[in-house]
Amino acid sequence: MSEFIGIFLAVLLAILIAPHAQEHADRIWAAVKRINFVQRNGVFISTYLIVAVVAWTVFMIILPQLYMVDFSFRFNLLPAEIGGPKDTYTLEQYSYLLFGRAGDEDAMNWLHLRVFGRTILVSVLVTLFDFAICYPIAYYMAQVAKGGQARLLFLCLILPFWVNEILRAFAFKILFGTGGVANVVLIWLGMLDEPFDFLKADVGLYAGLSYAYLLLMIFPLFNAVESLDHNQVEAARDLGAPWWRIHFRVVMPHAKPGIASGCTMVFMLCAGALAAPQILGGPSSLWFTQIIYQWFNTGGNWPRGSAYAFVLLLICIVFVMAVMRIFKVRFGEIAK
Amino acid sequence: MSADVELDHVTIRFGEFTAVSDANLRIEEGEFFSFLGPSGCGKTTILRSVSGFLDPTEGEVRIGGKNMWGIGPNKRPTALIFQNLALFPLMSVADNIAFGLEVRGVSKFERRKRADQLLNLIALSDQGDKLVSALSGGQRQRVAIARALAVEPEVLLLDEPLSALDLKLRQHMRSELRAIQQRVGITFVYITHDQGEALTMSDRVAVMSAGIVQQIGDGATIYNSPKTAFVASFVGENNPFHGRVSQADGEFAVIDSQFGPLRGRNDQGLAAGDNAILFVRPEALSLINGKAKDENVIESVVVSEEFEGHFVRIYLKGEGAKNIGLSVTNDGSVPRPEAGQTARVGFDATRAMALPVGEMADE
Repeated sequence: MSEFIGIFLAVLLAILIAPHAQEHADRIWAAVKRINFVQRNGVFISTYLIVAVVAWTVFMIILPQLYMVDFSFRFNLLPAEIGGPKDTYTLEQYSYLLFGRAGDEDAMNWLHLRVFGRTILVSVLVTLFDFAICYPIAYYMAQVAKGGQARLLFLCLILPFWVNEILRAFAFKILFGTGGVANVVLIWLGMLDEPFDFLKADVGLYAGLSYAYLLLMIFPLFNAVESLDHNQVEAARDLGAPWWRIHFRVVMPHAKPGIASGCTMVFMLCAGALAAPQILGGPSSLWFTQIIYQWFNTGGNWPRGSAYAFVLLLICIVFVMAVMRIFKVRFGEIAK
Repeated sequence: MSADVELDHVTIRFGEFTAVSDANLRIEEGEFFSFLGPSGCGKTTILRSVSGFLDPTEGEVRIGGKNMWGIGPNKRPTALIFQNLALFPLMSVADNIAFGLEVRGVSKFERRKRADQLLNLIALSDQGDKLVSALSGGQRQRVAIARALAVEPEVLLLDEPLSALDLKLRQHMRSELRAIQQRVGITFVYITHDQGEALTMSDRVAVMSAGIVQQIGDGATIYNSPKTAFVASFVGENNPFHGRVSQADGEFAVIDSQFGPLRGRNDQGLAAGDNAILFVRPEALSLINGKAKDENVIESVVVSEEFEGHFVRIYLKGEGAKNIGLSVTNDGSVPRPEAGQTARVGFDATRAMALPVGEMADE
């Protein structure tokens, strides 16, 4: 039905526009050439840019996502039932996340909500932890290190990320395992009497997540801190400021867009991570993406999977926006 | 409160490079003292060692008689005004000025009161809530001064703070800086490569070159009685005449130059046989018309003339590719020679300075 309307509209549009366009082809052509963008880049390049950008956003981003949105408002039907009388829009997939099945003993779907809350909370903690680690490094590279030193540090940071994510995650699993380096060292130092199961306590997961997005924190921070005139730091120092006040009053306010950009990226990617939780997560702990993955994969319930995924996306966006508002960062500044 | 600054055999090295070598001087309380020199002469390094951003490799920096070694810039009784001012762009003008007080834990109300007082001092009252970026260059300059004065330093250090301003504003700020210094009465240490700034504002000037303090003195002394060839050639314009000393006594020396024997003051105790340079300022030279003169006569071809209004600048062919410049007052008393003619110029021996051969300032 909807296909027919689409085709009908397209044909109608073509019939209405085509003769008109043909008649005034010269004028349209002249008008196109007068557009500033076309004048600056030439007809060929501007056509390419427009087509490429539009194709990218529409076909790669908007359409697939719309498809998923559409999915999330439907029932999970057998192929035979699709298009039949049962194929209607519903909020059932979303309400399942909140309330679970109608006949359950609990009013709310605590299992999934708890996982959801934990995912957000841990993502926030990982983001804060990454910021705490990366800020000193970024400051050192941007303001203190001399040319060669900074480049060496950069290499040391980038090279480990050539190792792929899965391999890194498994390496962490070995590192934090009961017979792993972490336990061996701590026992040797006398800080532990018997091996501690870091993986069960989710230490491995937190470490893995923190490590995975380190660079996404460092680079925006580095860029932001680097653009600070070092005289400002010296001026603050000369006026009597101790080091911590220099950072809070001069460096961090200047680097705020970079901090926002780094934190947003780490938070979003952390909340949406799958490989690290899959490999490093303790036996009793779930990451929200794992539930989504289960709905799509083993559960075979695409509508519910998409609904869950959209809830995660929406809450993350709202959360990020709220934090940005609190810290008075404008959205455009992130792209700086 | 004001304090004196002493550099006691200060040497500063960066690896192999010696930026400042054996600087010895004492800046008095309440003095306006300038370091003058071309870029790379070590004057900024000296300033950074006084402000505390670096410590001397050898020797001592003393402020108010106290050795400052190892004391950081945040703990010294100095305040520095940076070349690019380094105001905090994200803070209001008042917050900029009060930053030093905020650091010292002064209450918000007190801070604002003090900032308003300082805004008054720099004639920017009612501008406290603006962002720094909303101010003009000269206004920012004054905010930087107020921010430094807010912490009530005993010594104010200024690193070429006027170099970014245009000529008119620069000249205006010179007298303003001088006036502020006299009002607050603290020691000012000023760094500049602009001799006009140094000579007009300072009580005393130290001329530096290649890490060495060449001469210290007030403006007139530096200009009239330079001690080294560098000072003579760097401060103001000067005509050098190279040659060997043929006769010398405690007061005067005669140098055998390309233009014959020339006599000038011998303050540096040159002896017969020394290689020397005789410096004669353009305003000390005058045209000789017919009148016989027994000494210090230079005869050369006129290369060009520049008419400047109240005086005329005449260039004669000098040593090698150099010209001898002289300025003649435009009072019509002397007929001016034309280019290509031969002219005779003379000077008084008391207004020429014979100095040992040494490094000269780049032209």
